[in-house]
Amino acid sequence: MPPEAAHRRGKAHRNRRWPNLSGKADSEGHGFIEGGTPGDGHPCPLSKLARMSDTPLLQTPLHALHLELGARMVPFAGYAMPVQYPAGLMAEHRQCRESAALFDVSHMGQLRLEGADAAAALETLVPVDVIGLAAGRQRYAFFTNEAGGLLDDLMIVKPQPADAAAGFGDLFLVVNAGCKAEDIAHLQAHIGGRCRVVPMPERALLALQGPMAVDALARLNPGVADLVFMSGGRFVLDGIDCFVTRSGYTGEDGFEISVPEAQAVQLARALLNEPEVKPAGLGARDTLRLEAGLCLYGHDIDTGTSPIEAGLQWAIQKVRRAGGARAGGYPGAAVIDRHLADGPPRKRVGLLGVERMPVREGTALFTPDGHPAGTVCSGTLGPSVNRCIAMAYVPAALAEPGTELHAEVRGKRVPMHVAPMPFHPHRYKR
Amino acid sequence: MTTMYTPDHEWINIEDHDAAVVGITHHAQDALGDVVFVDLPEVGKTLKKGEVAGVVESVKAAADLYMPVSGEVVEINTALKDDPSLANSDPLGAGWFFKVKVADMAEFDQLMDPPAYDALLKTL
Repeated sequence: MPPEAAHRRGKAHRNRRWPNLSGKADSEGHGFIEGGTPGDGHPCPLSKLARMSDTPLLQTPLHALHLELGARMVPFAGYAMPVQYPAGLMAEHRQCRESAALFDVSHMGQLRLEGADAAAALETLVPVDVIGLAAGRQRYAFFTNEAGGLLDDLMIVKPQPADAAAGFGDLFLVVNAGCKAEDIAHLQAHIGGRCRVVPMPERALLALQGPMAVDALARLNPGVADLVFMSGGRFVLDGIDCFVTRSGYTGEDGFEISVPEAQAVQLARALLNEPEVKPAGLGARDTLRLEAGLCLYGHDIDTGTSPIEAGLQWAIQKVRRAGGARAGGYPGAAVIDRHLADGPPRKRVGLLGVERMPVREGTALFTPDGHPAGTVCSGTLGPSVNRCIAMAYVPAALAEPGTELHAEVRGKRVPMHVAPMPFHPHRYKR
Repeated sequence: MTTMYTPDHEWINIEDHDAAVVGITHHAQDALGDVVFVDLPEVGKTLKKGEVAGVVESVKAAADLYMPVSGEVVEINTALKDDPSLANSDPLGAGWFFKVKVADMAEFDQLMDPPAYDALLKTL
């Protein structure tokens, strides 16, 4: 890793109490923002709530702005991050579903790969078609291990040639905050000889999400309206050279904006000045992504889950599957191909609660006749769905929508039903 | 003093000894955020001071409710069960949790008075 930027103070701190409500996910933290003891779904005393760590935390370039806006800051993946603003989680969630919400996700890792061989090299670490990615397009991917498990999930953009020449590399990657050091080491160790792996800690990342995000952002540069879901390029916003992709982690239309850290506050203020836009914290980001059925790394996917168990086979293009022109050639390909061919032993499913009692990460599931039936990996009260929603890993035979399962919450069995995801429909601009 | 506080951010009002009202403080509701679910004790149940009487959950957090004093639960706030957000909007009023018949007034007297609770909040 390069030296930390001047405004980032203190050493990295791994906090295990906070969920990654962040970008796509990270390996630390739990399903509760405050209190609770995830793993057994058991609550904690009220006096343990809002306990701030005294360990030095890194700060994003927007730190002072968050404080000015009245954010409640929490330790998350080594950073002090806004979990919510004075409006509160529910209001911020609705703001994103109904208008536009601005999230600071600068803790996530940005990096670029440089070199003519970068795409072929990256294909040795991910089961995804990188070579076939068209210029200006973005693709979801994951690093796998030898057991077919997931080391991290990430976004890959292939910048247009002019954008590549302007410093965004032959491939521009965004990885999870909690995994970024390991990801960069992994890339350096395995493909550092075939391309240059260049971390970009000098850039902040903002997510502008919601049905009116395009209206607000297009006022700064009308060109962004021409982007479609999972595409991106360089745009000047408020005089600032930015890299904008039409993507996100909320299920809504929206954008992720990579901005030089020195201009991040200026851009955030310009966006917050638009009438559609209000700030939203990591709390809302987590309920939004859960309603959208999106995985949180370290919770819904990890080194012990195969992408097929996780239901992410859509991200593995035919060309990388058995029989494809560039089949295999990445860690764990044999396991993943076997899961694709024979079906995985367990599957990630959505669950809808019959009662309003939230069912949290770590909660044990049972069949109605009392047999163990897996474990909840994420769960909350979905503010837009207005029901208790959860994701869980269950035996493949119990993964059919409609299957009744019982969640054991504080000694009581609470009925839930396997449900299709997303819980709240995606509204991407395709 | 008719209202006292616990270190776990609950309040108890003892105007009626046979039906002392228990709830969570402003600080507690603020720390929790939007409350979406409460689990209240059964009416008629007798619990000792410090025993878990219920649970209050926000979107992202869950917290135990403790008995501030020993006694019998004589009433629960069914309006709160139907609309848990009352715990946020009116924690000291309509957002009360349950009522308890106090077994031992000495336990009440040992709780924190308002200045003591304010002092505790200043340390957080």
